Amino acid sequence: MERHFDEELKELNKEILRMSLLTQEAIYKSIESLKNRDRVIATEVIASDKKVDELELVIDERCIDLIARYQPMATDLRFIATAMKINAELERIADLAVDISQRVLELVDKPLLKPLIDIPKLSAVAQGMVRDAIDALVRKDVELAKNVVLSDPDADKLRNSVQEELINDYMARDAKTADRAVPLLLIARHLERICDHATNIAEDVIYMVEAKVVKHHPEEL
Amino acid sequence: MVKNNPIKFSIKNLNAWFGSLHVLKAINLEIYANEILSIIGPANSGKSTFLRTLNRLNELYPGFKMTGSVFYGGEDIQKIEAEVLRKRVGTVFALPLPLPLSIADNVAYGAKIHGIKDKKKLEEITEESLKKAFLWEEVKDRLNESAFKLSGGQQQRLCIARTLAVKPEVILFDEPCSGLDPISTAKVEETMFVLKREYTIVLVTNNVKQAARVGDKTAFFLSGELIEFDITEKIFTAPSDQRTDGYIRGEFG
Repeated sequence: MERHFDEELKELNKEILRMSLLTQEAIYKSIESLKNRDRVIATEVIASDKKVDELELVIDERCIDLIARYQPMATDLRFIATAMKINAELERIADLAVDISQRVLELVDKPLLKPLIDIPKLSAVAQGMVRDAIDALVRKDVELAKNVVLSDPDADKLRNSVQEELINDYMARDAKTADRAVPLLLIARHLERICDHATNIAEDVIYMVEAKVVKHHPEEL
Repeated sequence: MVKNNPIKFSIKNLNAWFGSLHVLKAINLEIYANEILSIIGPANSGKSTFLRTLNRLNELYPGFKMTGSVFYGGEDIQKIEAEVLRKRVGTVFALPLPLPLSIADNVAYGAKIHGIKDKKKLEEITEESLKKAFLWEEVKDRLNESAFKLSGGQQQRLCIARTLAVKPEVILFDEPCSGLDPISTAKVEETMFVLKREYTIVLVTNNVKQAARVGDKTAFFLSGELIEFDITEKIFTAPSDQRTDGYIRGEFG
């Protein structure tokens, strides 16, 4: 029996997907603005965050409304609880894209400290993890979600590599490079945090599909 | 690991028929002391028949037949005199059925039938039972009024008090809130929470949300089979069987 409630859940699903598209676009553009040293694109990312914030509130309100009116249970309950958590993760990811864009604005008028090598690699990992986490959500694909969780240490390694290079090879040797090195350090940190949020989304997907809590329990994977 | 209370009822391979209709199929289940077991399932799933099996009420229906065993406190219920069993295992039915007597006499009725004649003792039992059913404060000044003057919710709590007056160990609730408004329902549910400290409760309900609210454990019946039995939290967040998931989400039933 098709329930009216199912229609409401489909609408919620669509809104989450819209939120994820806005977020992925924000990450992509923030990285493009870094690669191309493009002030216009960086500014666009900052301005468009308002849309993400508004949609976050719409989704939160819809979830609360569905809980109040339908008192969902079992898979319905897990879906709505997961939607609320993923909504918050996506909003944080969009905020981090804004943070990256702000660092780009700090860097854009200064000569590049060094050719970007590991940061583009890290950004590719971050974009891939967010994309896969969302695909896992859409397809209820637990294996894909597990892959996302398992790839988080790669991101940590890349972030450490960026950090070591900037500190040891530049800032320790010449303190005057700090104003160009620190924004790059922070960008690496923002990208690594995006990977953490993608991991959280993937863990939430595993809970939604299998009712299994893997967060803080890596042995459950 | 879930810690269980002592076992009150142990049901082993229970099958039941009304004539040729096979209504309970190979049920194995344990009911634990001082817990509320919620039994849910769509119409004709066998949940009320199962409940009536526990105090041999089904035997009053013509054509009833059962195989398998029900142990109460380790003793086969077929070896316990039916009247004695029903005194220990009382029932509160769906519709409140007050007798055409005063409020006080309704409560004392069962105790009188079981041989208590002393007026003071009967008054004590009446007050104690009404207090346990959370009705005393509402009726203490009008104990001699007709029970029919009470609201539906009060009548149901009166029936709970009447059941308590014969000092049972287990109370079977068969859809006790089906005709009640939400406030009366909440009062009956609160009463159950308090009663489980002293009694074992088995609740049959068509209201899955009520089962989720009050049950320590929940059993899902479908077409006479026990599909799933687990702690309530697990049943309502992550049931193991897809049929349980479908039923509690309202996909069928």
